[in-house]
Order: sequence, then C-alpha cells, then structure tokens
Amino acid sequence: MTIRKELVRSLVAMLVFTLLLGVAYPLVVTGIGQLAFRSQANGELVHVHGRLVGSKLIGQNFALPVYRHGKPLYQHGVLVTRPDPRYFQTRPSGTTPADNDAATSFANYGPNSTVTEKAIAANIAAYIALNGRYYPGGLTAAKVPVDAADTSASGVDPDISVANARIQAYRVAAVRHLPLGTVDALVAKYTIGRSLGFLGEPSVDVLELNLALDRL
Amino acid sequence: MTVYGWGLIVVFALVLTALALPLGRYMAAVYTGQRTFMDPLLARPEHLLYRVIGVRVDRGQDWKRYATSLIAFSLVGWLLLYFILRTQTLWSFTGLNPMGYHSMPWNVAFNTVSSFLTNTNWQYYGGETTMSYFSQMAGLAVQNFVSAAVGISVAVALIRGIVTHVATSERDSAKAHSIGNFWQDLVRTVLYVLLPISLIIALILLSQGVIENFSRYLSFTGITHIAQTLAMGPVASQEAIKLLGTNGGGFFNTNSAHPFENSNGLTNFVEMLAVLLIPAALVFTYGRMTGNRRQGYAIYATMMLMFLGAAAVCYIAEAHGSPAQHVAGLHTAVRAGTTGGNMEGKEQRFGIAGSALFNVVTTVTSCGAVNSALESFTGIGGAVPFANLSASEVIFGGVGTGLYSILLYVLLAVFLGGLMVGRTPEYIGKKVEAREIKLVALGILITPLSALFSTALATATRAGRASIDTAIAHGPQAFSETLYAYLSQANNNGSAFAGYSGFVQPVAGNVGSHGITFADLLGGFTMLFARYAPILFALAVAGTLVNKRVSPAGLGTMRTDNPTFVVLLIGVIVLVGALTFFPALLLGPIVQGLTGHLY
Amino acid sequence: MSTTTAQAPAAGPSPGRRQAVSVLRGDIARRALRDSIIKLDPRVQVRNPVMFVVELGAVITSGTWIAQVFGQPALGGHDPAWYTFTIAIWLWLTVIFANLAEAFAEGRGRAQADTLRSMRQQTVATMQDGSTRRAEELRRGDRVVVVAGELIPGDGTVVEGIASVDESAITGESAPVIRESGGDRSAVTGGTRVLSDRIVVEITQEPGQSFLDRMINLVEGAQRRKTPNEVALGILLSGLTLIFMIVVATLRPFGLFAGTNISDTTLISLLVALIPTTIGALLSAIGIAGMDRLVRRNVLALSGRAVEASGDVDVLLLDKTGTITIGNRLASEFVPMPGVSEVELAEVAQLASLADETPEGRSIVVLAKRYGIREHDLTQMHAEFVPFTAQTRMSGVDIDGQRLRKGAGDAVIAMVAAEGGQPPAELRQTLDRIAGEGGTPLAVARDNQVLGVVYLKDTVKEGMRQRFDQLRAMGIRTIMITGDNRLTAKKIAAEAGVDDFLAEATPEKKLELIREQQAAGRMVAMTGDGTNDAPALAQADVGVAMNTGTQAAREAGNMVDLDSNPTKLIEIVEVGKQLLITRGALTTFSIANDVAKYFAILPAIFISTYATVRGGKGPLSVLNVMGLGDPRSAVISAIVFNAIVIPLLIPISLRGVSYRPVGASALLRRNLLIYGLGGLAAPFIGIKLIDLIVHNLLGA
Repeated sequence: MTIRKELVRSLVAMLVFTLLLGVAYPLVVTGIGQLAFRSQANGELVHVHGRLVGSKLIGQNFALPVYRHGKPLYQHGVLVTRPDPRYFQTRPSGTTPADNDAATSFANYGPNSTVTEKAIAANIAAYIALNGRYYPGGLTAAKVPVDAADTSASGVDPDISVANARIQAYRVAAVRHLPLGTVDALVAKYTIGRSLGFLGEPSVDVLELNLALDRL
Repeated sequence: MTVYGWGLIVVFALVLTALALPLGRYMAAVYTGQRTFMDPLLARPEHLLYRVIGVRVDRGQDWKRYATSLIAFSLVGWLLLYFILRTQTLWSFTGLNPMGYHSMPWNVAFNTVSSFLTNTNWQYYGGETTMSYFSQMAGLAVQNFVSAAVGISVAVALIRGIVTHVATSERDSAKAHSIGNFWQDLVRTVLYVLLPISLIIALILLSQGVIENFSRYLSFTGITHIAQTLAMGPVASQEAIKLLGTNGGGFFNTNSAHPFENSNGLTNFVEMLAVLLIPAALVFTYGRMTGNRRQGYAIYATMMLMFLGAAAVCYIAEAHGSPAQHVAGLHTAVRAGTTGGNMEGKEQRFGIAGSALFNVVTTVTSCGAVNSALESFTGIGGAVPFANLSASEVIFGGVGTGLYSILLYVLLAVFLGGLMVGRTPEYIGKKVEAREIKLVALGILITPLSALFSTALATATRAGRASIDTAIAHGPQAFSETLYAYLSQANNNGSAFAGYSGFVQPVAGNVGSHGITFADLLGGFTMLFARYAPILFALAVAGTLVNKRVSPAGLGTMRTDNPTFVVLLIGVIVLVGALTFFPALLLGPIVQGLTGHLY
Repeated sequence: MSTTTAQAPAAGPSPGRRQAVSVLRGDIARRALRDSIIKLDPRVQVRNPVMFVVELGAVITSGTWIAQVFGQPALGGHDPAWYTFTIAIWLWLTVIFANLAEAFAEGRGRAQADTLRSMRQQTVATMQDGSTRRAEELRRGDRVVVVAGELIPGDGTVVEGIASVDESAITGESAPVIRESGGDRSAVTGGTRVLSDRIVVEITQEPGQSFLDRMINLVEGAQRRKTPNEVALGILLSGLTLIFMIVVATLRPFGLFAGTNISDTTLISLLVALIPTTIGALLSAIGIAGMDRLVRRNVLALSGRAVEASGDVDVLLLDKTGTITIGNRLASEFVPMPGVSEVELAEVAQLASLADETPEGRSIVVLAKRYGIREHDLTQMHAEFVPFTAQTRMSGVDIDGQRLRKGAGDAVIAMVAAEGGQPPAELRQTLDRIAGEGGTPLAVARDNQVLGVVYLKDTVKEGMRQRFDQLRAMGIRTIMITGDNRLTAKKIAAEAGVDDFLAEATPEKKLELIREQQAAGRMVAMTGDGTNDAPALAQADVGVAMNTGTQAAREAGNMVDLDSNPTKLIEIVEVGKQLLITRGALTTFSIANDVAKYFAILPAIFISTYATVRGGKGPLSVLNVMGLGDPRSAVISAIVFNAIVIPLLIPISLRGVSYRPVGASALLRRNLLIYGLGGLAAPFIGIKLIDLIVHNLLGA
C-alpha cells in the first residue's frame, strides 16, 4: 500500500536527516569552531587574574548592591543595585535584572504606551541623577542620548553610543580623579567602528572600557 | 537618517542581487538534473540516500503522489519532533542537556512542533530557558532544514507544472503528468543547497563571535561582583540554517538581538543576506527554467521594488522616533555620536537602519527572526511588518513558499490583465481557466482568511485575551499584539509582537510551567492549516498546468516580463492585501501611527 | 415615453448590418423594468452569488427597519430608523439596477428575436409525393417541393432545380440570391422565400432546431450558457465576495475589542460596498450584449464559447480567391512583341475589348487608358463585335476590314498561322513566362500579325494590406490558402502582405496545416463555403461558414456569416476581444473602487474609536480624506455611489469597451490607466458629490 510505504520511507528519511543534519552537522561546525575560532566559539570570555569576569559581547550591570541594615536588599527576590559611579554604565534593560538568570527578553514597550513613557522618563531621570552634576552646563532630557534612555533589545547590549560614553566620561574622570582627556582617549580606543567601514553603528564596548580603566 | 543608513539598504540590495544570480543558475541546474560542480562530492551520498530511503527517483510523480509523499513526510516529522520535545529529559544521557531542563508542556509542544514543521518558528518559549541542546540540534534544527526543503520542493514542482511542455503525442488529458519527484527534490535541496551554504554561513558567523560549544551555562561575578550567567550552546550551526531556511526560531529568546547570535554589523549583514539569498535566487532559477530569464527578472523587480519601499518607510519611521520618547522629552534627531531615532528595543551595534532593515528582511520572508523588539517599533515602522505579512509573504517570501505564493498572484494578475487585452489569459503559454482560478483563489485566500478568523476568535474570547500582558499593552497595542500573533502564524512567519504569550514559565527549566492552551492550539492549527492548504492548492495548480498545451506567445499575448506587468502585479498584491487587512490594521498599527497620544 | 429608435452608426464594411435596438425604446424599457422586479426572486439571484449577498443584505436591513418602526428600536443599535430605511432602499435599488442591466440586454435581444419570429409563420410544406405536412413536423431527410412565391419550410439542401431566393429576412440583404442543386450554392434556410422557379429541398434539420430557431434562442439568451472565461471570472468574484464577508464579519469583534460597536446595517453596507457588485451586476449583460453585437454584424455564432475563442485566434486561414484577391484576373501589363510599340498594342487590345463586358475585358480598357488612349465609340466605327466562343477561344472586333483579336495563346497562334502569318519567337517565351508566374496571358493579334500579350493577373483587393497590418497588430498571423503554385502564391502573398501562404492547397493539406498550427498551440480561425471545406471548418477553433455555402459547411463551422463576407472574421475577432476586455476592465474598475469606499466608510465607523475625550473624534477620523459630512451620510453616499454606478455603466457594458488593434502591452497600459486608476479616482469624486447632496439635504 502506497501510504504505508510512504510513511516508512518518511521515517527512515527523518532518522537519516536527524543523524546528518541534527548530529553530524553541528558536530562538524563545533569541531571547526573549537579548532579555528576558539575564542569566538566560546563567547569571547574575559578573565582577570584567571577569574572569569564576563564576555566582551554580553553587557553586564556595573553596579553595587544596595544595603539596608547591613544586608543586601532584595525586592521580589531580585537584588537591588545602584550604578557604580566609577564605571561606565551599560544601556538600561527593561527586563533582565542582573541576577543569575541566563534568560534574555524584550521589554516590549509600545511606541504609544504610557508604560513606555514612564520607563523612558525614569531612565532619563536616573541618567541625569548619575551624570548631571559632572556634565558641564548640566544635563537635560533633551541632551540625553536615546540609547541611554531606551531599553536595549537583548537586555544584554554590550555597547553604548559614543555620545553616551562621552557624557559618562565626565563623571568617570571626576570620580576617578583622572584627566578627562585620558578617559576620552580610552573611550576612543574601545570604540568599535562600523564593520568593514560601513556596517552597523560605532559603539563603545563597556566591559572592555571599564577593564581598561581598572588597569590604569 | 544617515547616509550610512540609506547606503546600507542600497548596498544590501546590490550584494543580494549579485549573489542570488549565480545561486539561481546553480539551483536551476540542481532541479533540472544537470551536472553541477558539486556532483563529484555529493553524487555518491545522494544516491546512497535514495537507496536508504528506498525510492527510485527516475520515476516522476503526478501531483497527487507528490502531495502524498509530502504529507506523509510532514506527518512523520511532526510526530518525531513532538516525541523529542516531550522526552527532553530522556536524552540527557547524550550530555546535551547540561542544564537538566525538563520537557515543555503538551500544549506548548503542540504549538512549537507545528511551528517548526511549518517553517514558521513561532516561539512561545525562550530557547535558553526551555530547550536542551539536544532538542535544539536533533529536533528543531533538523526541521529547520527539511521544512525549508519542503517549501522549495513545492516551488520547484509548481515551476515544473508551468514550464513542462508535454508533447502532443504523449499528452493524455485523462492522465496526470509528472511534476517531479518529492524525494529527489527534498534530498537534492538538503544536500546541494541548504547544507553547503549553511556550513559557509556558520563559519562566517563563528569567526565574528557567534558561539558554538556544548558547555554548561557559565556563572560568574562581574567586576563589581554582581552575579551573572552566560547561556552557551552550539549557536552558529543553528543560526545559519535558522536564517538560510527562513525559519527564524532563535536559539535564545531575544533571537538575533542576542550578541551570541548576532555579534556585530557584519554578522547582521550576513544574516540578512542569508535570509533573502534563496528566496531571491529561486526567482532567477524560475526565470531560467521557463527558458526566458526575463520572466524571472520581472518577478524579481516586483519583489525588490516592494521590498525597497518597505525598507524605506520603516527606516524613515524608526528614525523619526516614537510618541513615548517625545513625550518623555528625548530628542530623537541624529546627533554626533548617537543614532537618534527610536532606539527602544534596539541594539546599539545595529542602530536604526540595521534594525529596520533586518526586520523588513525577516518579515517579507517567512523568516521571523528579529534583531530588535517589533512591538517597540513606531506605529508606522511596525505597520511595515504588518503590511509585509498582509501581502501574504510574497515579497521574496519564505524559501520556496515565497515563489509559489507569488506565482499564484501572478496567475491572478495574468487573469485580470489577460481579460483586459481581450484574450483568454495565458501564462508562459498555458491558458488560465476556471479550474486554475478556483485553485489560485483558494490558495491566495487561505492565509488571510485564517489570520482574520483566528484573530477574531482571540479578541472575542476571554481565553484569547488571556495572552495579552495588560501591564504593558493596552489600547491599540493590545490589538496589534494579538493581530500580529495570528497574522504571523498564518503566514508561517514566526516573528512576534513578543508581549503576546502562550507559555507561563516561572523559572528556567520548565519546572512548574504551563501553556496557555487556547493560544497554543489556535496558533498551532492556524499554522498547520495555512501551511498545508496552500501547498496542496499550489501542487494542484502544478498538476493542472502540467497537462496543458503550450501556445506560443504572439503580439496579442499579454507579456509577463515587462514593466507594465510588474505594475499590474504590484497592484494586485497590494490591493488584495490592503483590501483584506485595511480595517484590521486601522485598529492597531495605523492608529498608533496616526496619533501622538499615549494609551 | 419616447419611442424613437436611435440609429446605430453604420460603421464597418458589412452592408447588411442590423440596427442596434435602442435602450430607449419604450416597450423594451417598460418590459425591462418589469423584469428587473421579477428577477428579485431569490431563486434567480442565487445564480449570481455577488448579487445574492446584496439581496440578502437588503432583506436583513429591511427587517431591521420594520422592527425599528414597530417598537424594537434596539435592533438597529444606535441607528435611527431613517438611516436603516435609506440603506435598505438603496440595497434593493442595487439589486434592481443589476437586474435592469440584464433585462435591458435581454430586451434588445428579444426585440431582434421578435422580428425573426414574425417570419416563422405557419408554413405548409408540399412533400415530393404531393402530400402536405405542417412545417414543424418536417424531419431530417424529408423532401419538399417549393415553388415561386412560397416560403421554404425548413433548412435544407437543394437536390433538384434552380431558383432565386429572397433571404433578406435573415441576412437583411434585399437582392435575391441563386440557389441550385449541386455545387456550393445548394443550402437554403427555412423562412426564406423562393422568388422564381421550382426546387426540391431535402430537409437537414430536426423540428425546432432550424437556423431561425437557433438564432432566436441565441439572441434571446435563452440558451445562453456561461462561457469558460465567464465561469472563471465568476469564481474569482465569488472568492472576493467570500473574503469580504470574512473581513466584515471579523470587524465586529475587532471593533468591540477597540470599544466600538458597529451596527448590522453599517456592516452590511460595508460588505455590499466592498464586494464586486459593479461587475457582478453587469456580467451577464456583457455576455448577452456581446452576442447581440455579433448578430448585428450578421454573424450567427452557434455558441458563446466560439465567440470567446475568436478573441484568442492566433492564426487566420484565408482563401485567396474571393477573399484576398478580387477573384477575377485583371490586366496589369501590355507586353509588345519586337517592332510593336506598347501604345499600339494597347490601342488594339482596347479596341478588341470594347465590346467585351467581362471583368477581364473591362480591365483591359481601363489599363489602356493609362497610355493616353481615349475610349472609342464602337457604334461610330462600323465595328462588328466577335464574341467569345468555346470553339474559337478568342474574341474581338472587325473594324474597317481589320480583324482585331485577343485570346488564348494557342488559339491566336493557330489563327495567325492559318492566315499565313509567322508568330514571333518571343511570343512563346512571353506566354510561358506569364503562365509560370501564375498570370494569364492573352495574345493580341491584328490580322496575321501578333502584336503582343496582355498580362492578366490576380489583383489584391484594396485595403487588404491595412487589414492584415491591423491583424498583425492584434497578434494574429494570416495564412493565405491557394491552389496556385508556390511562385504565384508567393507573389500574391507578398503583394497582399499576408504572413504566410499555403500553395497548391488541397482539402487534405488544409486540414493538415490546421492540425499543425494547433499542435504548436495556436488557435486557428478560417472561413469556408464548400463541402470540401467542411473537415477544415470543423477542425478549426473558429470556423466561419459562409451563408451562401453548402449545408455541410454551415454545419461544420461554429459560426455562420450571413453576409458571406470572408473578411468578416476580423470583425468577429474584435467582438470576441471586446467581450473579454469589457469584463476585465469592469472587474478592475469594480475592485479599484473599494479603496475609496474604505476611505468613506471606515473613518465613519471608527470616528470616535480610541478618542482621548469620550465621544470626541479619535485618531482615525483624519482618514476622512474626502471630508464627508458625517458618519451616516458617508455610509449612505458610498452605498448610493455603489448603486448608481451600475446603471451608469450599462451603456459601456452593452456597447463594449472600445478595442483598438494595438499590441497587448499598449492595450493593457491603456485599460489599466482608464479602469484601474480611473477606478481608484472616480469614487472619491462620486462619493464626495453624493455626500454634498445627502449631507446638505438631510442637514445631518
């Protein structure tokens, strides 16, 4: 009977394809990756003194725990933090708190939503509160770069815009008692240009920049 | 907007065309059984595969047999994937479930399996919190390959129906003629097209930082001693076929926004190319197989014009910024060192143009990958993906599905245009008559009808509205979210206004998780119906066309390879899409785009 | 009411063209109005899904209105009763307008049929054995005797005798025609009158299936079956109707989700505005009118399918003689022998032909005039005319003792030799050359001297080249069929401008050619009259038999040209194309109209959806680009426009969209521009104008 024959064929075909495409193919790619692109294949991990401190490609929360009564404060089971002013700060994330959950997710803030407006306003306020008094002439909402107020897509955007970094540079320089020029030079050094000169946007890798600051 | 932004769109279109032309030629050779430069390497494994499967490919299949094989293969594939996903813990012995994740609930599994079978890759789950490496590799990615191959096979079968010229002496109107052999098309697509190109793309992505390992997730504390976890996995290999097969199902929840899936401007560009490569090339393949390359160019021009239009509108809208930003006091103009525009839900390294273009690329096709949050796009910017879906994925479209879908539209345009030049409409020499029009009309109407029907059910019922996260989405956004969910699933696209949920998962690893049965089932059935019904209609069209005699074209024949026809075709596609979805779109994205008011 | 009959412009070459029956004729209009009400019967409407949906909508809205008036105002939602009433009335009117279109088309056909029917009097047939029988009882094979003054009782073939017959009743041509047994002029038609002599006719029809019967049925549309393209289009329209039903049905829950309750009446209005009512209403009228146009050109198509097929014709086979060439050979050149001037030869040839009233003879006189030779008056010249006889095979005159002769080469040579003359050596060469080129040589002699040869040749009819150019522009290739040899055929083909030719044609070769073309996928049309044309006529996709032809030919073809004009095919092709173009153009127009209707109705429905102030205007109100007065007048205006566009387009659908023989691309561009863009723009203007009236009138 044709139908039964076709079903048997289908099963055999699916099993063969599973071995070929589901097992052999990823193993081959992994093999090549681990041999030829070891660093990239494993996530561009960054170690300091042998200790894993993150991935160049994954944004992290350069923050300090908030203490209350000498103990770290938790809200809804999530550690409450405040930005560490000595470091450049990554973009706000609407969803992923810096806990040990590997999950990433979109904030899904709509363009016409009051929820969005409140979140953006809060991010602007936090940004001004952190950087405003170091910035010559003071910061207003209009001067805040969009990437500093809008949440990222992945929640773990490793980069910030150059404008964002330059504003934060005043604070970092002041807090670390460094000449602004030194910090700006580092910002320039860790600014990743467009790929092949025209693809993507110039961005500043925050982890690498902060590590370089620590090395000064 | 910047020169770089516009430049990106233009350069992308040029590079795509430059790559698609030779690939189209190669694929024409693959599907007409000519020798290719890959034969020395692949001919042996190909024939070994036929022996193992037990098929004789020298025997053609008429459309009914072709469809039977296709349905049997899909049915078995469905059952196998459901089995793998529901027995996730069982496969831990392979070492490919390092986080010890449990199986997903039945209803989410139903939705997910239907989604990957139909090349939709709609995901109610987050990959890094739900799926073992084994499930992703041996389950989902296998379907990413073969569901793409099934789509391409149907397109090739329809092409054969159109171009095959059965000699008068052999024509027998009672007998259905061959439109090819499903197994051969399937195997050749996988071996000669998908696998080699996936390998190349995977290696390019790997070199740029897309990860590929089997490590456990890495926990660490950062330089300020805040704890964090890095999800790991064999991403590059899965990423390549996710895009190349216009599947779109992300390894991670944030899909191509995740830096481990899409690490810089170059990978973003390569990923966009990977998505459109085969759909674009197939159009040239088609032109070659008809024997008149201009037929292919005309369809390509139609697609490219609509694509560029969509990209331009989306880019302009996103660069303008959103009402929420403006009310909050942000300045969204381009300034030194900042992209400006609506960066909400977008990654810095892609910027506005890279995000807008990526999402146009993945919504014109049935890819559904995203590198930014669609739900956070501006009203008009977000209306572009809506419009792309409303056009039933014919602007390049999914691999294979795009071509066979636009060919149905072409037949419709030929019918209208043919009447207007006073001849019984004919396409590539074959007359378009009542039977074809019936099949074409049904084939075209299925997708929009199921989208509207499912959305109506989901908005009218309490069970349907349970999927809306009312904390984030209200007013028009809630409607957009729901409409998009079913539009995307009906078009087998898979991208989402991601606030719409069908899976409640309190912690990673599926413990204590449960699906939202209504959304899971409605979506699952919508995807299955809107995939297989049009496939059957397309194959039936192939079956009726293959038996037709070919009339040579004359001056009185309406040409289908010139600008006038391109205009007519665009008109038909836009009109059918617009007339069907305009009322619904009004209540969602168009309202959002027309007002500066916040809800 | 006016009873004037408008004269249709007598365009085109066919002399016996029937008049278009005016839409304005009072009796037709009255009958059409009555019919359009009768056709409201749902059993009639259900055959047209688009209009059936409209009628259903009309019933529901009427019911709603009645309920509103009789104490159930809640049924109408927030709608006032006058609004529901207005919509209901206009929905009914939409259906009635559609019926009216069909009824008008049928009425015009019926008027034609009535004229025909009046001829179908009670005839009593005299059988060959002397018995009599009623005409309706005659069967195939019966033989009847018809004498002068009698009506021929049925279609048949003359098997005995010869008679002149008045066929004006069916052809409109008043000159009587000769019908005789044997040969290609043996077919007679029932209802025509024998004017002289007596013939015996073998009946070739079964009762009720005479030519006249079929013609009546056809123009009345009684036997109208949907043509393939009409069926296909019908399916498409049903598909569109289906999708708009879903679009409108789902709009209810969508609206509720957005906090807007849309009333049934408004939803129905939206549905009716969207579904392709314009083309749905006019579709059958277009078909009937197409048939009517053909009949007016004196062509009788035996099926609608054949008419449609004629629009698809790729190849036209035309007989050379009588179709492309005049049929008679005409003088084209004087070839003098050595020592004779052309003028001298021309003068003698002219004199020898003066009394010759045959076309050949006249053509020699005409040609001679070009040499400046004035016409001689024979009566003043004591000339004696020597007529042509089969024995002498020459004719001429004797003038002043000189014997001037023209005739077949051999005959003249023989005469000259008998007179003691010596035909020049060049004579034989010239005769052979002319004969070799397919011409006919006539030798001219004066007494015993051969002066030269008159070259008679086939002459292509005037205007043929332009016609073939026209056909070529339509994408139709013409192939000339001739019994001539290749050389001759090639010359004439080049002269006439046909694309190809078939020389030394036999019926078998003709049939083979048709099969060959069809195997290559081409649609073939041909005309024919003889019995030996019958197989080819049957094989061709469009076979037009001449009415003067044999009954076998008339039965083999799928059309009969009552004028027996072989170039009529060109007009038939035009009618076929026009039929499709009209359908396509109005479909495009109908669908394109929907855009404007959306912009009229949707902003009206969603005027306060998502409004910031409760009850105020919402963001979607900006889509009211036409600036329509208020929501209700907007909906009413769209529905009124939708309805009145139907009667406005009745003239186009009856007359047909104009067709110009240009290439398909140019035609498509033109029609897309007019009916596509026009269809987008027209309703914006129309709805706005109606709204100005409605809104101001209602003061709403």
